[in-house]
Amino acid sequence: MKKFLNDPQDVVREALRGLALAHPRSLRVDLERRIVLRADAPAPGRVGVVSGGGAGHEPLHTGFVGVGMLTAACVGEVFTSPVPDQILGATTAVDGGAGVLHVVKNYTGDVLNFEMAAELAHESGVRVEQVLVADDVAVEDSTWTAGRRGVAATLLVEKIVGAAAEEGADLHRCAELGRRTAARAASMGIALSSCTVPAAGRPTINLGPQEIEVGVGIHGEPGRARVPMAPARELAALLVEPVLADLAPARGEPVLVLVNGFGGTPLLELHLVFAEVVPLVQAAGLVVARSLVGSYVTSLDMAGCSLTLLRLDDELVRCWDAPVDTPALRR
Amino acid sequence: MADLSAFQAWIAESARTLGEQATYLTDLDRAIGDGDHGSNMDRGFSACAELAEAEEFPSVDAYLKKVGMVLVSTVGGASGPLYGTFFLRLAGPLAAPGEIGARQMGQALRAGVDGIVARGKAERGDKTMYDAFAPALEAYEQAAAEGRGLSDCLTAAAGAAREGRDATEQMIARKGRASYLGERSAGHLDPGATSATLLLEAAAQALR
Repeated sequence: MKKFLNDPQDVVREALRGLALAHPRSLRVDLERRIVLRADAPAPGRVGVVSGGGAGHEPLHTGFVGVGMLTAACVGEVFTSPVPDQILGATTAVDGGAGVLHVVKNYTGDVLNFEMAAELAHESGVRVEQVLVADDVAVEDSTWTAGRRGVAATLLVEKIVGAAAEEGADLHRCAELGRRTAARAASMGIALSSCTVPAAGRPTINLGPQEIEVGVGIHGEPGRARVPMAPARELAALLVEPVLADLAPARGEPVLVLVNGFGGTPLLELHLVFAEVVPLVQAAGLVVARSLVGSYVTSLDMAGCSLTLLRLDDELVRCWDAPVDTPALRR
Repeated sequence: MADLSAFQAWIAESARTLGEQATYLTDLDRAIGDGDHGSNMDRGFSACAELAEAEEFPSVDAYLKKVGMVLVSTVGGASGPLYGTFFLRLAGPLAAPGEIGARQMGQALRAGVDGIVARGKAERGDKTMYDAFAPALEAYEQAAAEGRGLSDCLTAAAGAAREGRDATEQMIARKGRASYLGERSAGHLDPGATSATLLLEAAAQALR
């Protein structure tokens, strides 16, 4: 393993130190509790939007703290959810009296820790609502599983509820909008290589030189199947088909297309994939109304990408287009 | 009969064995999860083991509550809230003064395991820590009903936990991150059931 490290155990805190130094005017970073806050939080009467999760998915979530998006983010150990103390700390710090919305990816650890934090926040008089993001169609969604994983649609939910909160929407309204966004989005990912967790020091999954993992999650956890490497055109079809099959959009419907890199794939290749995805989406009768290409919800150094489609409506478009000023997303 | 120092010895022994087995637990987790169970448990129980040196506790229940809080605040993942809840609930029935015998510990274990079920919503056969805890609790309660002492009851519980843990190998996960693997999760021991067994084995050693 060759990585820029001092002590593998201290990677999260040291990275947060860098984030704080890079954004001294717009962010406040609590290194002890690993909370990243908008410098101007809390805003009286404005809903706070808090998200968080394990480190290793940068820029999610810390890169999305700022005007028009998250009010605070809590960072866990690499690929490990933050703990209730942290989430509670962020929640109480951003509550301006209008309540706080938790955006949570559907992983058991994240769900349990946010749930405990919400219970504690209620006890201290802060109103909390939760939006659960569960967009990964690679895994079965049934009463017999923990449901689907929450992956790249998380960033879309954060952007859209962040815009609503910025406009002054109340907690109930922000939560409703977040749930609607989450319900209208679906994702699918492919890994070309494994990620390497710094503390572990070796690859999480063993992929052969000509093997890829279809349906991989953002922790390098295995997906649907392991298949031979193929040209980008064929890989794009492997991404588009299951997402369309799940979303079942109506013909003529406008969609947002997100091609998201996992950390080890250059923008050159992501744009190449996007060029393959667009005609497939159009062939299904959909209108590519908005798009985003880049590495936003990553898996450390994993090569690969995911495709997310979001079925848009007028309100979602308006919130997506609203101004945003964060370290990783700016408009 | 067990007193505060015995419970502290339990946590110290748990920290030692979880530290020793951290790589093994992480390897189990790497197969079906995300490969951090060992380091998370090691971090949490190391913090708990330091408690006894840093702080004096007036009673067993005060100590176990603190252990639960420390686990919730340090472990992360799903294991943090689940093991944290286990120790927080364990404390309740142990609040009465005096040394703790088999009957009281049985009530505590039931409260702790019920707490895990309430928090994690797991059922038997889901391939989770509950698949070790559930048979362990049954074995404990049966041994207690036969009038056996604390040490014997815990030994029975640890044995049943081991069997429960081994049975998870063939199960298909329906909870937690392993559930995303579906049938591919079969053929691997569940890391949570494995750490739960280590905890109960440590209890059998320390609480007598």
